[in-house]
Amino acid sequence: MELLQLLFGGIANGCIYGLVALGFVLIYKASEGVNFAQGDMMMLGAFIALGFGNADQMGWAFFLAVPAAMACMFGVGWGIERVFVRRIFGQPQFALVILTIALGFVLRFVAGSIWGYTPLVLETPFSGVNFYFGSVVLGAADLVTILVTAILTLLLWAFFAYTRIGLAAQAASQNQMAAYIVGVPVMRLNGFIWGLSGVVATVAGVLYATKGAIDPNIGLLGIKAFAAAVIGGMGSLPGALLGGLLIGIVEPLAGRYAPGEFAQMSPYIIMLVVLVTRPGGLFSQIQMKKV
Amino acid sequence: MRIVFKTTYDRDIDIHEHWGKRGAYLALLAVMAVLPFLVGEYYLAEATNTLIWALAGMGLMVLVGHTGQVSLGHAAFLAIGAYTDAALMNAGLPFLVSFPLAGLAAGLFGALIAIPAVRMSGIYLAIATLAVFVIVEEMVILLSPITGGVGGIFAPTIEVFGISFDRYAELANLYWLVLVVVVLVTWGYANLMRSPTGRSFLAVRDSEVSARALGINVTRTRALAFGLSSGVTGLAGALMGHYIGFFNYELFSIFISINLLLVVTIGGLGFIQGAFLGAILITTVPQAIAIFRDWANASLGVDLGGIPGLDTMIFSGVLIAFIIYEPTGLYGRWLKIRTWWELFPLARKDMFRRQKSYLKTERMK
Repeated sequence: MELLQLLFGGIANGCIYGLVALGFVLIYKASEGVNFAQGDMMMLGAFIALGFGNADQMGWAFFLAVPAAMACMFGVGWGIERVFVRRIFGQPQFALVILTIALGFVLRFVAGSIWGYTPLVLETPFSGVNFYFGSVVLGAADLVTILVTAILTLLLWAFFAYTRIGLAAQAASQNQMAAYIVGVPVMRLNGFIWGLSGVVATVAGVLYATKGAIDPNIGLLGIKAFAAAVIGGMGSLPGALLGGLLIGIVEPLAGRYAPGEFAQMSPYIIMLVVLVTRPGGLFSQIQMKKV
Repeated sequence: MRIVFKTTYDRDIDIHEHWGKRGAYLALLAVMAVLPFLVGEYYLAEATNTLIWALAGMGLMVLVGHTGQVSLGHAAFLAIGAYTDAALMNAGLPFLVSFPLAGLAAGLFGALIAIPAVRMSGIYLAIATLAVFVIVEEMVILLSPITGGVGGIFAPTIEVFGISFDRYAELANLYWLVLVVVVLVTWGYANLMRSPTGRSFLAVRDSEVSARALGINVTRTRALAFGLSSGVTGLAGALMGHYIGFFNYELFSIFISINLLLVVTIGGLGFIQGAFLGAILITTVPQAIAIFRDWANASLGVDLGGIPGLDTMIFSGVLIAFIIYEPTGLYGRWLKIRTWWELFPLARKDMFRRQKSYLKTERMK
């Protein structure tokens, strides 16, 4: 029973890692860039939702506040692309890594100066609601997390597989020059994808906030989510979710059954093992190396 | 404009093109050597710190600037160097033995990491090094009998042939020791870069496929660069341990890794001078911010100290500005200014325009 309980909590946590990882993958899929500020975008999204929704702030209804926060974060993501990322278009990948690390600090500072550094709790309609199956307790927040993650992953997968914009984004990432030539507006597309990843980050942030207090440093979760994205193979949406679930499940199990610091290290150990054995991740998308 | 007339082939690979440049560096070295007589205790301590950062920066520069491998986990090698040195000295070994051993330990560990890591490239390598960093950090806590765990460890005073290099009592001696190490490493680094090994680093950075076609063993070269880089960083870590005196695992946080990355990017990727310029920037900016804060408090009545995280914010701002406006870093900017003056009326605006590259991936989905 204890195992089941751990497993369930692990899956719910893993879904959040998976969602943040989805944000990474979105941007990677479209521009082969890595947004190290994804965790901080998640944090900012959660705080904006809190700012709209909490009674002592603006006091909107929860189901109004969250879409509003998503819209705001679409703007933030789009803005980041427009103002910063577009400027370094055509520079090596590495430049974007450093740029987004710095942007992460900026976002953290912004959130810290607006909402302070003390942990705050987001008021949700399903906090504190639990279902009991025998001795296993299922929190409503966990169930919502799992459900929303599953739906969102399916939607995003369908978006890339079937819609015009999704296909255009893939084309732009595989060969930018060729995409330009056939008329794909690569720049505008990148802006849209960054906005979209802001929205996904908000969803992850809100779901994270349903489980406990948030403060401006929760963005560091992004590093773990990053490990999830790598385990799945950057650029694969189901892979990111699977990687997140794997980390989410192993972490509490390692904390329970393995000594000391292993729970902290486990995501990275899994990641290293995957990287060494399958350098492209579990769902590798690199088929051959070209000159 | 100076015309360099080369009479032998050797002059093609000279470190300095002509005696003007050589003289400038010698003069700089002379100034650095007599610095303890020129400035006070505070500035001397800052200079020592800057030199240590420059040494660590050179370690990362070999990897990022000259071999094109990004590492986000170099704080791990700093930690290994610092802990090895301090633990060996606590066990009774003299500094002259423990210091090279610290570098060797970090270098061997780096080479060990490199064996799987060289199979990865680009962003994957950066992430793998990040993972290594986290694991090393946790290991430091786990191995508390050696490392002192959360409590920390005390780095003993260095003593060589009866001369004390105490951080507080004999700061000038410590400064000279650091200077000697830095000068030796710089000299070795500069010469390495004109040797076949160094050239193969550059070849691997610029195009792996072409390097392979030219008969370079890419895997070996990358592993060697990784080992050398972590070794030098380990030496810097050992010195940093002595400079700080008492430290625990928190000294080597992820921010140190990021700061090191700043040193090499802001300084100028691919230039040894860049590591020094970056180190100067990284050690002076916090001081400048503190001075500015005091000034704002005294003359404007604005209490900036009350805003937490402002330092990091300003730092990030500087970094973003550099990435966007001057990707070649401080040294790149200096080269541009110098060229502009050398060519004086003839420099054109487009002379330094970067060639853009378009993305083409190997992904099929």
